[in-house]
Amino acid sequence: MTQQPIQTDLNSVLSHEEIHAIDAELSHVPYKSGAAIDALKIVQARRGWVSDDCLMAIARHLDMSAEQLEGIATFYNLIYRRPVGEKVILFCDSVSCWISDCDGIKAKISQHLQIDYGETTTDNRYTLLPVPCLGACDRAPVMMIGDELITDLDDARIELLFGAHNEARTD
Amino acid sequence: MEPVLTRNIGPERCPTNLAAYQANHGYRGLRKALTEMSADDCQAVVKNSNLRGRGGAGFPTGMKWSFVPRGDACTPGHKYLVCNADEMEPGTFKDRLLMECDPHQLIEGMILAAYTIGADIAYIFIRGEYLVAIQRLRDAIAECYASGYLGERILGSDFNLQMHVHPSAGRYICGEETALINALEGKRANPRAKPPFPQVSGLWGRPTIVNNVETLCNIPHIIDRGADWFKTLGVGEDSGTKLFGVSGKVNNPGCWELPMGTPIREIIDQHAGGMRAGFQLKGFLPGGGSTDFLVPEHLDLAMDYNVIGAAGSRMGTGTMIILDDRTCPVGMVLNLIRFFAQESCGFCTPCRDGLPWSRQVLEDIENGAGRSEDLETLAYQVKYIGAIGNTHCALAPGAMEPLQSAMKYFYDDFVRHVDGGHCPYHNGTGAR
Amino acid sequence: MPTITIDGQTLEVKEGDNILQACLNAGLDLPYFCWHPAMGSIGSCRQCALVQYQNPSDERGRIVMGCMTQVTDGARFSLDANNAVEFREAVVESLMLNHPHDCPVCAEGGECHLQDMTVMVGHRDRRYRGKKNTHRNQYLGPLIHHEMNRCITCYRCERFYRDYAGGTDLGAQASRDRLYFGRQQDGVLESEFSGNLVEVCPTGVFTDKPFLADFSRKWDLQSAPSICGGCGVGCNIAPGERYGRLKRVHNRYHDDINGYFICDRGRFGNSYVNADQRIDYAGIQDADGRFTAVDQASALDTAGAWLKNAKIGGIGSPRASLEANFLLQTWVGADQFSSGIADIERATVDRQLQILQSTRAINPSIKQMESADAVLILGEDLTHTAARVALALRQAVRNKSLAMATQMGLPSWQDAAVRNLAQDALSPLFVVTSYASRLDDIAQRTVTLAPDDIAEFGRHLAARLQGEPAQSPLIEEFASSLAAAERPLIISGSSMLQSNIIDAGAAIAEALCLDNPQTMLSLTAPESNTVGATMLAHPNNLSLEGMVERAVELDVLVILENDVTRRLDAASMQKLVASGTKIIALDVIENATVERASMVLPAASFAESQGTLINHEGRAQRFFPVFPPAEQRLPSWQWLLQLAALNGNSQLTALTQFDQVVDACAASQPAFAHLNEVAPDRSFRDRGQKIPRQTHRYSGRTAINAGVSVHEPQQPVDHETPLAFSMEGLNRDQPSTLIPYVWSPGWNSNHALQKFQAEVDGPLKGGQSGVRVLISSADGVAPQTTTPIGAAPNDRWQLVPVHRLHGSEELSARSDEIAELAGDAFIALSAETAGQLEVAEGDRLKVIANGDSISLAVKIVDRMAAGCVGYSYGYAATRGLIAGAHADLQRDTDWRPPQPSLIATDRQSMAVDRGNPHV
Repeated sequence: MTQQPIQTDLNSVLSHEEIHAIDAELSHVPYKSGAAIDALKIVQARRGWVSDDCLMAIARHLDMSAEQLEGIATFYNLIYRRPVGEKVILFCDSVSCWISDCDGIKAKISQHLQIDYGETTTDNRYTLLPVPCLGACDRAPVMMIGDELITDLDDARIELLFGAHNEARTD
Repeated sequence: MEPVLTRNIGPERCPTNLAAYQANHGYRGLRKALTEMSADDCQAVVKNSNLRGRGGAGFPTGMKWSFVPRGDACTPGHKYLVCNADEMEPGTFKDRLLMECDPHQLIEGMILAAYTIGADIAYIFIRGEYLVAIQRLRDAIAECYASGYLGERILGSDFNLQMHVHPSAGRYICGEETALINALEGKRANPRAKPPFPQVSGLWGRPTIVNNVETLCNIPHIIDRGADWFKTLGVGEDSGTKLFGVSGKVNNPGCWELPMGTPIREIIDQHAGGMRAGFQLKGFLPGGGSTDFLVPEHLDLAMDYNVIGAAGSRMGTGTMIILDDRTCPVGMVLNLIRFFAQESCGFCTPCRDGLPWSRQVLEDIENGAGRSEDLETLAYQVKYIGAIGNTHCALAPGAMEPLQSAMKYFYDDFVRHVDGGHCPYHNGTGAR
Repeated sequence: MPTITIDGQTLEVKEGDNILQACLNAGLDLPYFCWHPAMGSIGSCRQCALVQYQNPSDERGRIVMGCMTQVTDGARFSLDANNAVEFREAVVESLMLNHPHDCPVCAEGGECHLQDMTVMVGHRDRRYRGKKNTHRNQYLGPLIHHEMNRCITCYRCERFYRDYAGGTDLGAQASRDRLYFGRQQDGVLESEFSGNLVEVCPTGVFTDKPFLADFSRKWDLQSAPSICGGCGVGCNIAPGERYGRLKRVHNRYHDDINGYFICDRGRFGNSYVNADQRIDYAGIQDADGRFTAVDQASALDTAGAWLKNAKIGGIGSPRASLEANFLLQTWVGADQFSSGIADIERATVDRQLQILQSTRAINPSIKQMESADAVLILGEDLTHTAARVALALRQAVRNKSLAMATQMGLPSWQDAAVRNLAQDALSPLFVVTSYASRLDDIAQRTVTLAPDDIAEFGRHLAARLQGEPAQSPLIEEFASSLAAAERPLIISGSSMLQSNIIDAGAAIAEALCLDNPQTMLSLTAPESNTVGATMLAHPNNLSLEGMVERAVELDVLVILENDVTRRLDAASMQKLVASGTKIIALDVIENATVERASMVLPAASFAESQGTLINHEGRAQRFFPVFPPAEQRLPSWQWLLQLAALNGNSQLTALTQFDQVVDACAASQPAFAHLNEVAPDRSFRDRGQKIPRQTHRYSGRTAINAGVSVHEPQQPVDHETPLAFSMEGLNRDQPSTLIPYVWSPGWNSNHALQKFQAEVDGPLKGGQSGVRVLISSADGVAPQTTTPIGAAPNDRWQLVPVHRLHGSEELSARSDEIAELAGDAFIALSAETAGQLEVAEGDRLKVIANGDSISLAVKIVDRMAAGCVGYSYGYAATRGLIAGAHADLQRDTDWRPPQPSLIATDRQSMAVDRGNPHV
């Protein structure tokens, strides 16, 4: 099976602002590919995720092959190579949270949002992902919604956070 | 005890700015070092203090630094200091506190460390999820540049230092210092073979020291107040204070600065408020997810590296995870093995393929599909994966620690799963 | 030498080696996956575990990885300790978690390193009960088949492709037990060395795609030692045959030349041997231009009539064996003989030979080139003209990092550590060419100049090295780097068809030699036996163009394995045909010369015949028939002996055996005196037996043709070589020249090679194969003044030949997969020129030169000298274009794409249509 390469003018994919931000990172590294992770994060910060076009445009900007950059992008947990919702829920499922019944909390979230790990709500508001220990074990279970750390999760808290979402869906 | 590392951290956990930090003798150690002490003097003080790495392995910090080539032994070029702030060990929540609440303490420690080893560029490699800490560190660094603590000719000396915050793209293995270096170089974070050690060939092939946040936070105080003072802080064999934490079914989970050598019982019963009503202590991981279980008979041991080591575990990060009598030990180990299998970088076989194999066996046992020979298989896997040297780095041997000790202390629980065909703790559903 | 103890056995080992190397050198079977002798250690697979004891009283020891542990004097180890044995088995058991166990349908089966290691560690019963991970496979082009589910994650593919060969479009993706090795998306692998993945992969992830479509197990292949005919490097290859078809080509280890790796032209460019266009029967052309097939006897009868009292001329060939060329020249006489190389090329290769016969510099082997610490390339895009040399230079530029490692006490086999230490530090490589070269990515400096200017740049550099002031900072940079190097290497060659470039290269090397006797000078040769044909040349020989002039005086012209239409312009060719001389063409495959011949004689290909080829360094090497010639084919040397006999040539009538031809050739000039030492003669026996071409497990030998006829034919007898078309005999301890394939008990894969090596990654036990026949007098190269061809006037463009690994060489381009990769003929422009001409990539340009107009597709390249345009050299469509000529370029708007031609990926369906029973 032959797949057509993606035909895009890669020069036009990245914004000037993105290129400027990436170039600023280049000053810290002895060779361009050294800024690969920073560049991926810069683009993701503005777009939520890294599309194939962006990947190839970044790779070209850093004199790397798409393969080399893909190898890096797919290694790290916080680089998203598929679209995500407006907010990513990073749900801690590590040991302290597990002892504190995070599995039950996760089931509640899934019930409210109708998504499992790796999925995005139909309204594109949330993507649910597991995350390694968030380092707030004294306040377990915990998760992040977007940039915000939310601790001491229980059913009531989940109801408060996502109950409305459920209603919105049924409306 | 007089707080040292947490002296600026109140119960409300408000961050200190430069003025507040300076007001409480902040940057006094740095001033002293740059005006009165040579790099060799600093090295000697840190070595004499017997400070051991707080990231988990407990390697003597002064000795680690001494491997960095200096003077003519070093080829011309940069040297690097890297702060390992990639706190991701399951059950560990101490570095976040230090960075969010007192960022200048870390920065001062880093400047001193860089001065000692002759580094001119420093990085803070921090978890990408620690957004608050990232911002506070960046703000603090900006304050330092503005006040002459960073940049060219620091405090009028010949010493120059640049400092950058590098948020990670997220991977547990980045906590391994050579994997961290690969991540800093923008590469896949596979650990590197050692030797050569990073002290000789690290970031961009240059001499590099990687230290944990808490380790570096000790440095200003050691320089300021001396090695002898530091040694008096511990109540046992080891020097200094340590952030100890407790999570699990205790009344008051949290993190406290206590003397090295504080007895475990004191930490759990006094500081963590003891077990919650209706829960009994069954065991605990003394220092994060990759340390061996200890059990109630060990409660009177002192939290010292060698004492905990002699008991068959490791001090690790000093943040304990409590296993209570109503939580399934098999399920807990399965959670940990899942984590480690998930976070394996995939470089070496025992870790990449061995951990998923352990996961499969534990899943079967936990789900009631275990077979009697599975316990032998687990023991075989522990032997195969568990020894340092069998694998490329310490991740997989660390993963085996809770498994092997659970098999030792809670063997009956494994047998009950297999014999009963279901999990005796939660009716074989595997869920809680 | 340090002494170590392994399981009580005391071994003297090589200083600096690792324990795995030491074990293998001692003949111990320590299994491994990720380690590779040419690529070193990374410690990923953990398979080569053994126990090391810390001191004499240590009885427990600890597990260490053999590949990561350096030998130290007095160290004590155990392979047999229970925990080591158990650990090695556990590693294979883990690797088998996700391996699909699809050996029966896997092309690697039977020569799979994973199978061998699994058996070696004794793993049998799998305890894992989970689901296996699966992956999507990728389309990687016509050469390589991808089957990711089989992957055991040894990282060798990535390390070869990226780290060793400089490829960028294949690498590790994802992590943990989901690691994936492939491209970012489906597509043709870009590396010219991709085929080595087949041999580098320890299992069946990357397999030989054409072989897969026409598959036989390794144990069912009949193989012979052979030499690649793809270019002048002379890589050693091991082709395998079954059912009369050349099934595949594997690398054949030669310590000094190709080592473990060959290029894709060498591996995949030989399927023309099976092509429908192969010439099976003799043919005589009638007045209407139709050929009538005749048998050997009738052909010889007719030829006999033509040759009687005839004036005969002969055209030899730089791609035919030395023996065949020698016979033809001896038969027709030097006065009536042309080596078959056109004047423009002959000028360069003649000069090349003079230089190599007189230079003070070392004429290096590829292995020596790998030791260079500064390299200058003049005028060559080596990846396309001498690919294996380019691969060697990718290793040479690492010498700086190896020096850094040595300084730190880091052994060179600590591959990842050395790379981390050195980062992007490379030894200097300077590339001075007219257009972008594939080595630009590792060059410290690239310089883009028109051909004459390359020569001038080289002369200035030589002058500076002789003490004159530098003409430019660039010259100074190059000169100081080369002068500072311990082992500088200058590479030039004939690909630009301009001898002044070669002269400049020689002058630089000579200048460096004044101070540094370690200076190396290597010159590429265009074809597999260009050097042989040139060495054979007699001063009285005619040029090819001269032969065209002479043709009218001749009754018969014998053309040996040479499509002269590739070398002559259309007018000359017309003249040759119009001369009325009867052309007898001997060749392996139909071509434009054969079409014009009065008689065609079917010649055996390299895979069905034997002969000697002399490579670019002047090393004579022997290739042997893999299988007997089918149909009416005969090796050219036999045709020529028979033709000469008809003609009553007294010198040749005494010769009947190949060995006699070799002896006669050896006697013909002093340089060839040792030709009969190139390989053992036909009388060679190992313990009373010939060397078997077939494996011990070769199946169905007597029944192999039962599908055609139940009468079992007698096994063919090889009267001419020390090899047998048989499984009887021993494939062990023989002279290196006679190793048809590698196999050793327990080692079914190509890793059995180490059992044939005196030491791992070292020379073969059976001695060096081949003989250097080109020896320099070391008197120094006499300078020669060459008139420059001259730049094109402003409104015109100078044509420079652009060589393509896939497409520029005659025979490999007849292999379907190579033809697919070759693509259409093109005209290469700089972006600037394209802008000036208002054309974009893929547009068409009319190239008007010498009164001809050719429409070519535009290809935009990174570098192209001002005033120059490149044409795809050796393509049928660009045959009329001449290197250095001046051309006009015009947009071609009339051009319409032709009907799509047959491509390799259609072969499978064709094979089914034909009812091929072996697919």
